[in-house]
Formats: sequence, structure tokens, C-alpha cells
Amino acid sequence: MMQMKESAESVRESDAIAVERTLAGDRDAFRVLVERHSQNVFRLSYRLVGNRHDAEEVVQEAFLRAYQKLSQFEARSNFGTWVYRIAANYAIDRMRKQRKEEARREMPIVNTNEGIEQDPLSTIADAAPTPERLTQSIELRKKMQEALDALTHAERTAFVMRHWEGCGIEEIAAVLESNSNATKNTVFRAVQKLRRMLEPFVETRKQAQAMGTES
Amino acid sequence: MKHPTEEDLIGYHEGEGLRRDELTTHLAGCEECRAELQRIEAVLKALDTLSVPDPGEDYGRRVWQQIAPRLSEKRTRWWESWIEPRRLAAFGAVAALIIAAFLAGRFTKRRDTGPEALSPVQVRERVLVVAVGDHLGKSEMMLVELSNAEPLQAGQKEVNISAEQRRAEDLLEENRLYRQTALQDGDAGLASVLDELERVLLDVAHSPQEVTPAQLEAIQERIAARGILFKVRVVGKELQQKQEAPKPLPAPNDPTKKERNKA
Repeated sequence: MMQMKESAESVRESDAIAVERTLAGDRDAFRVLVERHSQNVFRLSYRLVGNRHDAEEVVQEAFLRAYQKLSQFEARSNFGTWVYRIAANYAIDRMRKQRKEEARREMPIVNTNEGIEQDPLSTIADAAPTPERLTQSIELRKKMQEALDALTHAERTAFVMRHWEGCGIEEIAAVLESNSNATKNTVFRAVQKLRRMLEPFVETRKQAQAMGTES
Repeated sequence: MKHPTEEDLIGYHEGEGLRRDELTTHLAGCEECRAELQRIEAVLKALDTLSVPDPGEDYGRRVWQQIAPRLSEKRTRWWESWIEPRRLAAFGAVAALIIAAFLAGRFTKRRDTGPEALSPVQVRERVLVVAVGDHLGKSEMMLVELSNAEPLQAGQKEVNISAEQRRAEDLLEENRLYRQTALQDGDAGLASVLDELERVLLDVAHSPQEVTPAQLEAIQERIAARGILFKVRVVGKELQQKQEAPKPLPAPNDPTKKERNKA
């Protein structure tokens, strides 16, 4: 699921020791867990909430909650997966609250620039950044953000965890408190919706690129 | 092989193992399906370009610095989950019920000396009948409201069912305790209905707070499919009749209970 430098088994063992020591009262032992898993939790959180500021808050809250509930953590489980689940659940709650607030304030849903340090599409090697291409890239990125925002929380979580984080269906089902079949359907619905919303723009972009190559 | 559906192709792209070999073979020979898969992949590939900013090598250390001062709060111990307000309320309700049953039993014993007097066991049963009847009434009301819920406006994307969810959560705790009591009393029929009700309550309590109209419809269909509203009504009615009956409650091995258990 997560990219780690150390082998999964040694990470798990080391995590188990850190959990044990924390439970025994050694607060600093928790530091090992925070430092080891923060990057992965940040990546998941960023993809769920869509901006850096919120993602960082989700990470902090996830570790605080993990610390408070550590006695409920089962020794045979994987700490990384567990904290991942806490982060995903918290991110979902947070998104719900934000959506409600946004609806109250009648603010536009899409926020295209916040938290993105560079235009990710500008890193695509296939095109020189002509003004037209740049405009299309920005437009497509905006559409992608809109499409992700249009998914329900469950769909977005399922898609992010499955497609980007490579989580198993069972693991996603545990976060969504659903069963495997319903979770598979949620992933499918998410991809289907994204496809419906983005395919015309992806096609346009491909055609434009093809025309640009020809000319 | 028939052409795979869009769902099959998405599953295939996401690495699903089901019918994988069959699909690989089909895709190798079917240009149309290959093109369809490529279109799906093109969208997902475009989405992959939405990169995540690198939080930096020392991110873990920074997170630790930010949360360390807040870790002084005590960790939740295993037994602390048992003293959550909601759980306490449910336990309180049942404890009050037991005390009421006990007191009522003693009271009845002293005053009633005739042949129609209720035994403490019967009084306890009667108190439980009232409490379970009330619980079923509240459950029925919540299920009816949920079954009739619909988007306020046409085209509304999400329906908020958080109020029903909170009620389902509260009812869930009570339901568990009544089900266990019914089982202990050997009332398998009531326990079975409460067991089914518990599944529905769990389903509602674990649904998202805001559901799409399709999800709401699915919940309503699940409620309808189990026929739980009908069962709750029937048992509720039966309990109400028992409450209103002037004669003493039947003994634990009474034939009507046996009849319900059989059903």
C-alpha cells in the first residue's frame, strides 16, 4: 500500500515496539510512529481534501487521535493502515462540514489554485508550454478538480484509496464502514463519474495536441 | 465471450482478479474494447497528473513538533469507551427499568394477595413489555420518516439524514440490551425481530450523514426488503395488547410466546 524504504515486516515490528512503549508511558516512542508515517498520511489527506493547509491539519489530527485511542489498537494490526483509516475518516468528516459551510455561504465549490505549488500538467514532457497549451492545461486541471469535488465523500475516498494509494477493497470497505461489493461499486461509480465529466476535455486535449504536432 | 461492461474494464484497469485472464484474451482480439479501455485509461492518466506537493524530508519531525505539546492529554483507556455519554444513558435506562421492575414486584407482592395478583416475574415482564413497546414505537417512527424521506428539491445532490442517524445510534444501544433480555427470557420471536431491527439500525447509523438520492433509495429498499416495519408493527401491537390486557401476563412457557417463536 505505502511506499516505504524499510521492509514491510521490519516496519511492522518496529511499529509494534513503538506502540508497546507508548502504551507503557514512553510518550517519545510515539515520535517514531509519527515520523515514519507522516508522509504517507499527508499524501492520502492531500488527495482527499485537495489543499495543503487542510491536509496538514488532517495529518496532525489523525496522529493526535491515534495517540488518544492507542489502547484500542490491536497489536496484530498494522499501525500504518490504522492511522490511515483514522485520517481518511477525519478527512471525510471535515469535508462534510466544509461542504455544509460552503453551501451556507454560497461560495463557489471549486478552488483551483490553493495549495498547488506548481501546475502539475506543466510537468508533462510531451508538450512545449505554448500559451494555448498552457491555457488548456489550466482548463483541464480545473475540470479535474471540479470532477473530484463533484464526487460524494465515499466515492472520492474510495477512488483515492484504490487508484492512488493502491489500498485493498477490504481496507477501503473498513474506512467506509461498508462491505466489499458495495465498496467495489463505489470505486466503479467514482471512475464512471470522472470519466463522464473529463473524457470530453481529455479528448479535446489529445486532438489539440495531435493538431499541434501536425502543424 | 460477450463484450465486457464498463464496470469490467474499470475493474480490469484497477487490477481486479475476477475474470482477468478471460478479459485479457478478449481485449487482445477486440479492437473496440481495447479502445474503450484506452479511453478510460486516458482519463485516469490525466488525473494522475494532479500531483501531491512534497511536504519535505523533515515533515515527520515538523508534525511531531506540532503535536507533541498536545499529547499531554491522557490517552483513552479501554474502559473509558464504556462510560461514553450515550452508552451511559442506555445503561441508565435499563438500570432504571430493572429497579422499577424490582420495586414494582415488591410493591405488588405486598398489596395483592388475591388469586389475580401478579408475581414479581410477571411484573418484570410487564415493565419490559412497556419499555420494549415504547422502543419499538420510536424505532417505527424513525423508520417511517426515513422511508418517506426524499430530496426537498428536484435535482438535489445530497439528502441529509443525520437526524435519523443520531436517533438510530441511540436506539441501537437500547435495542441490544432489549434483545439480550428477550433472549434470556426465552422469547426467541421478539429477540429475532429485535435482531433484524438492529441490523437495519446499524445500516442507518453507519450510512453517510449526507446521502445521494440513489443511496437514500437503496437504504429505503433495504428497509422495505426486510419487511422490518411490518414486523415491528406486529410485535408492537402484540405488546400493546399485552399491556392493555386486564388479566395477568401469561407464564414464561405460555403458548402465545411459543407460537411467535415458532413463526
